[in-house]
Amino acid sequence: MLEMFQTVWAIVPMSLQTLIVILLKIVAIVAPLMLCVAYLTFAERKIIGHMQVRMGPTRVGPRGWLQPIADALKLLMKEIVIPSGSSKGLFLIAPMLSLAPALAAWAAIPFQDGLVLADINAGLLYILALTSVGVYGVIIAGWASNSKYAFLGAMRSAAQIVSYEIAMGFALVGVLIAAGSLNLGDIVRAQEGSLVHWFWLPLFPLFIIYFIAGLAETNRAPFDVAEGESEIVAGFHVEYSGMAFAIFFLAEYANMILIAALAAIMFLGGWLSPFQGIPVLEGAFEWVPPIVWFLAKTSLFLFCFLWFRATFPRYRYDQIMRLGWKVFIPITIAWLMLVGLAVVLELPWWFD
Amino acid sequence: MLENYLPVLVFLGVGMAIGVLPIAMGFLLAPRNPYSEKLSPFECGFEAFEDARMKFDVRYYLVAILFIIFDLEIAFLFPWAIVLDEIGMVGFIAMAVFLGILVIGFIYEWMKGALEWE
Repeated sequence: MLEMFQTVWAIVPMSLQTLIVILLKIVAIVAPLMLCVAYLTFAERKIIGHMQVRMGPTRVGPRGWLQPIADALKLLMKEIVIPSGSSKGLFLIAPMLSLAPALAAWAAIPFQDGLVLADINAGLLYILALTSVGVYGVIIAGWASNSKYAFLGAMRSAAQIVSYEIAMGFALVGVLIAAGSLNLGDIVRAQEGSLVHWFWLPLFPLFIIYFIAGLAETNRAPFDVAEGESEIVAGFHVEYSGMAFAIFFLAEYANMILIAALAAIMFLGGWLSPFQGIPVLEGAFEWVPPIVWFLAKTSLFLFCFLWFRATFPRYRYDQIMRLGWKVFIPITIAWLMLVGLAVVLELPWWFD
Repeated sequence: MLENYLPVLVFLGVGMAIGVLPIAMGFLLAPRNPYSEKLSPFECGFEAFEDARMKFDVRYYLVAILFIIFDLEIAFLFPWAIVLDEIGMVGFIAMAVFLGILVIGFIYEWMKGALEWE
């Protein structure tokens, strides 16, 4: 069997071989990611359920564990309605345009030292660019639907996303100053040392702002006015149904996981062990593979996403814009200058 | 160097495919039974009054313009942040002047009320 495989592999041309290897690696990233997305929706319903003292889904499968599978199958069997007044081409392109960047951004994410699909120098720039493309999906969906609710939702969402992207961009620049590299692997390596060497401490305001801006970027509660069901029904995807809707849903959750993973990489030391530099504990936890730490940190942020949704009431739109423009941007600019000064003066003990 | 970007390109293609395939499957598997009420835009049970592509508040436009200015600023900050270690105090002061000018503009638009939503 193995020999047969080897002989077949040998006749495959070189370029095709590379392509197949790349495709296999992509599948190795995307398949677990999709599973994570499916079970993140399940976790969301369970966790929020328990926070509100109810059970969450329990019917499908043992303790409700097959619920996401059942949801996916149900959406697959539902009719995709294309409204008569819509721009049909754009209407179908929009979900794809919001999902593709949410997935492709994972190419530059290092899961542990060396375990990254594309070890590109401009990693962070690439991710910033791709997350910016996601807003087109929202705008095009709202415009193409030719429905008032969708249109209003898209306008709100687009203005909100671009506003928070500025604060997020400034927070990223802070990380770049501290790490001195755009490569995500190098950013993690720059945090080596111990818990207090991670960037969450010197860049604390940026860390908080990054995460809150991430909530706003993904249109999550308490910043979910874009879909605010009590005022504009479901916002930009009100006309979508069946699988077309499911794609938007996938994109939103894939983006959440991406934001959480980036927060873990940039501020909590990615794959680094939290016990590094602590005498006894460091040895005791040596056996844990680094990727476990990375996934644990990512899960921590994902839990926060769900927790905030259960805790905070929705912001009013003018409050959202005020927070983004009048609070976050001044704070990030000021902190950026402070960090820049610290790096130039080589202050101990992060920047020496 | 550039071969590092091949996986990125392939990944973009795969991402698009993952967007297209489920929708295609949806069209194949799901029932299709369109009629004019179902295809009309959702509007609280009424017939749609008019085309939904209406005039919208000019503030959205203003936000977009301000966003371009600040996003460009971030684009300028990226390379500066990487080499800050090497260019030292001179580089820092140069960027501080640049940021200072932008902050003056920011304060101006704040005072003018461009950031008010009411």
